[in-house]
Amino acid sequence: MASGSELTSNAYLQHHLQNLVLGKLPGGYERADGEILDHASWTLARSSQEALDMGFWAINVDTMGWSIFLGTVFCFFFYRVARAAQSGVPSGFTNLVEMIIEFVNKNVNDIMSVKNPLIGPLALTIFIWVVLMNTMDIVPVDLLPIIAQFVAGDSDLYFKVVPTTDPNITFGLSIGVFILIIYYSIKMKGIGGFASELALQPFGKYMIPFNLILEGIGLLSKPVSLALRLFGNLYAGELIFLLIATLMGSALPFFIGIIAGGVLQFIWAVFHILIVLLQAFVFMMLTIVYIAMAHEHH
Amino acid sequence: MNFNATLFGQLFTFALFVWFTMKFVWPILLKQMEAREARIGDGLAAAEQGQKDFAEAQAKSSAEINKGKEQAALIIAQAQKRHDEIVAAAKEDAKTETARIKESALSEIEQEKERARQALKSHVTALAIAGAEQILMREVDHAAHNEVLAKISQHL
Repeated sequence: MASGSELTSNAYLQHHLQNLVLGKLPGGYERADGEILDHASWTLARSSQEALDMGFWAINVDTMGWSIFLGTVFCFFFYRVARAAQSGVPSGFTNLVEMIIEFVNKNVNDIMSVKNPLIGPLALTIFIWVVLMNTMDIVPVDLLPIIAQFVAGDSDLYFKVVPTTDPNITFGLSIGVFILIIYYSIKMKGIGGFASELALQPFGKYMIPFNLILEGIGLLSKPVSLALRLFGNLYAGELIFLLIATLMGSALPFFIGIIAGGVLQFIWAVFHILIVLLQAFVFMMLTIVYIAMAHEHH
Repeated sequence: MNFNATLFGQLFTFALFVWFTMKFVWPILLKQMEAREARIGDGLAAAEQGQKDFAEAQAKSSAEINKGKEQAALIIAQAQKRHDEIVAAAKEDAKTETARIKESALSEIEQEKERARQALKSHVTALAIAGAEQILMREVDHAAHNEVLAKISQHL
């Protein structure tokens, strides 16, 4: 949250939707606060414009950090359960983990006609990781940013905590899936088979350019739709949390605003739990479906 | 909301986590679950087998008991029959024995009677002779008299 006294709803929203970007600014660059850099240097962006000017070779420290942290949490807990593996009576957390594994494995086996040792772990990782990243949306919107600002001693610090509201993260996942789609398409059908699938369908060899456009769009739309669906849902959800917070905070007297806002946030959070799980599930299922399709000959 | 190197960071992290899961999590847990499934299946099968064995044993034991009961009834019936037979045979024996004893007693009585009669006859004869001798002391033709007497005694 900004420290300035004139905190408008718009500024609040924009502040919340800006990542904490670490990147390199060129020498002679005039920063948001008027400071002019002597030489090119790596720094944290202090405005959206600075973040833009850092170009491609910058990194969103906040979402990347949360993403890695949550993935590590997933790996840690699942590894702990796997290491203590025994075939006796399972208890508590082991039960939960096994339930999830069984659920994912069942879906994989239902969809995949071919055995593939990668798809199970892939689907599991996607599902749990995306659930965890989405769940960050349930955490009250201002809680973690305020803590981060307090820890950093910078009350203007950007801090986005929901990795899946960052398209870089969702596209990172979907491009990974896309690479696997291409890899398995070529592995199972050969380069020729894959190419002919792209060029000779659905209208036969006299319509090759048309077929290429059609199938190419179909192929490319897979990762794009995967990433945008997840990003869009979570971004919209996050935005509604923010809107509730700003509207209730600015339009109503202080205490009524806090109570009404809290109630609305809670109601939306309950709805959002559904989205959190559903979007993770959809991402996992589509991944399995796409890779199963890559295995099949048409 | 602009794209930057986070994309590659995420891609790399993704690959790393998937690799980790594939190596250290998924196969181990899957194997463990399969092992448990097999164990539970075995347990259930054993329980079912036990139940079946128990039912079988029960049926067998009740059949055995029934057989025993039947045999006992048979033995009792046989014993009853034998008892009846023995009683009947004993009755029969007793009857024939009594008949025999009666017969022998009767024949003995008859013999005794005959003997007594003979003795009496001879006594009567002797008595008659003596009496006649006494009365008819004289001129007695012993031969003629004896003939008469024999005739008389034959009529007795």
